Amino acid sequence: MGKYIVRRLLQMIPVILGATFIIFAMVFALPGDPTVGKCGERPCSAEYVAKFREEHNLNDPLVVQYGKYLGKFVQGDLGTNYYGIPVKEDLAQRYTITGRLALMAIAFEAVIGILAGVLAGVRKGRFIDNLVTVSTLFVISIPVFVIGVFLQYLFGIKWGIFPATVPSLDAPTSSLILPAFVLGSLSIAYVARLTRTNLVENLRSDYVRTAKAKGLTKNRAVGVHTLRNSLIPVVTFIGADFGGLLGGAIVTERIFNIQGVGGYIWRGINSRDGVAVVSTVTVLVIVYLLVNLLVDLLYGVLDPRISHD
Amino acid sequence: MTDTIAATVAPGAAGDDVGEARSLTQDAWRSLKKNKMFWISVALIGVFVLMAIWPSLFTSKDPGFGDINNVRATPSAEHWFGTDTQGYDIYARTIYGARASIIVGILASLTTLLLGGVLGVLAGFYGGWLDALLSRITDIFYAIPLILGGILFMASFPNGANSNYFVVVGKVVLVLTVFGWPTIARLMRSSVLQVKPNEYVLAARALGASPWRIIRSHILPNALAPAIVVATINLGVFIVVEATLSFLGIGLTPPAISWGVAISDALNAIRTYPHILLFPSLFLSLAVLAFILLGDAVRDAFDPKSR
Repeated sequence: MGKYIVRRLLQMIPVILGATFIIFAMVFALPGDPTVGKCGERPCSAEYVAKFREEHNLNDPLVVQYGKYLGKFVQGDLGTNYYGIPVKEDLAQRYTITGRLALMAIAFEAVIGILAGVLAGVRKGRFIDNLVTVSTLFVISIPVFVIGVFLQYLFGIKWGIFPATVPSLDAPTSSLILPAFVLGSLSIAYVARLTRTNLVENLRSDYVRTAKAKGLTKNRAVGVHTLRNSLIPVVTFIGADFGGLLGGAIVTERIFNIQGVGGYIWRGINSRDGVAVVSTVTVLVIVYLLVNLLVDLLYGVLDPRISHD
Repeated sequence: MTDTIAATVAPGAAGDDVGEARSLTQDAWRSLKKNKMFWISVALIGVFVLMAIWPSLFTSKDPGFGDINNVRATPSAEHWFGTDTQGYDIYARTIYGARASIIVGILASLTTLLLGGVLGVLAGFYGGWLDALLSRITDIFYAIPLILGGILFMASFPNGANSNYFVVVGKVVLVLTVFGWPTIARLMRSSVLQVKPNEYVLAARALGASPWRIIRSHILPNALAPAIVVATINLGVFIVVEATLSFLGIGLTPPAISWGVAISDALNAIRTYPHILLFPSLFLSLAVLAFILLGDAVRDAFDPKSR
């Protein structure tokens, strides 16, 4: 187990290096000059521009810049953005709210998605099955931003059940319910379908027939024997989806005006703030890879036949 | 299906099916032909593709003509779907908008299938250091979420006001390819690994067949199905991602006409003029739905377990 974790962590290093380099190269290619508009109405003095470029290593070639950035990153220094604020402080605040949002979205996925999938799978071909299959298809085929704006209008503005926007960084959990549901909506549908498919397939297998023949109640046969096996692909999906959620947060946070990571990346891109964008995305990639490692370790819990020795 | 099998196993039973050797593809086609969902999705896709190739077949109106004396009109005999904020005829815009989404979807699906397929086959078939290298590269691109990569890329290479239509569309296809291929590559690699140890592959190798011949006539026919299914479903996903990028203002940009652009314009007026939003959203969702249903039908046909 320990050996497996160490090997996986080592494998992560080239992935993190590669992914951050790609991000770095794309941010480097961002058109426009970061010093524009920094000195008010007049153009910046040549001395200021030179100092700014020197401070942020903008005169070096791409690879050298990346190396210098990486050197600092390894020591835990995420750099300062172009406004002189340490990125670390910004990120700590913003990851808190986006993390809450993503965790709530995952909770929605796990609870609503699996529940709907189980209900549909157990009653295959009946009304509830058709309802789940059709409604999930419906959700999958509508873009998330349309769902988001629509639900924001209905629940936030027309009926006033939830707040329509989340302006503050320490927002109460209740104001994040609607955005989290929107963020997770697509995945809820996928989880429901995936659970249903796997459950239906496993319900036909021999060990379920044996369990039933032994006189187990249907609840136990489904809940204990079948569901546990059927959940492995679902857990994989939820884990892999975590990165997608953090990326999708850019859209959701824009709709609900949440000052989270997505908004930070978006603002960083628009103000040509390379350090801010690269650091944010690097943290995102690392979180994503760690979550996937965690998921792989969870397999062993769900299915004792899978071991990591 | 069961009677066919029964006829094949019963010795001496008269019938055309006896002794007929059917390949996996023929088998899949037979079950596809009976699937109603397959024909519905094919019909829908056919209409959308026709719309993309020949929009003037569906409407005689000019999608670029904005009548500012008649903005945000509700549907009428003159304007079937009404007019939008710029006074454009929504029906004409929706018909002409099919082109961008369909081109982006189909091209991006083909390129991801090609790139991911080739790399996946190489990694799975040759193994060793090539597999290790390709798998790590796949991991790198897999670790960057599609939307995030798309936003960064499109922001780094923005569209000018006079950008050529095909350059604008091509850029979206490129970014979807760059960040979309790892799914296919992983899938292809694992299905090649499943096919490779089979006896017929060993036999072909023992008979002295070249690697290219083994891949082409033994590995590919047996390993391609899952990748094609996912590529079809991804087609719908790519259409949605294009719309999302357009919503953020960096995917397709006006004067390009697309469902994504139309939807993002209409979202500003959702409270007051919801019909502007309804029609492009409806068409986009129908197109996405058609490709997902097609993918599902093909998967069911190729997967004997679901029969």
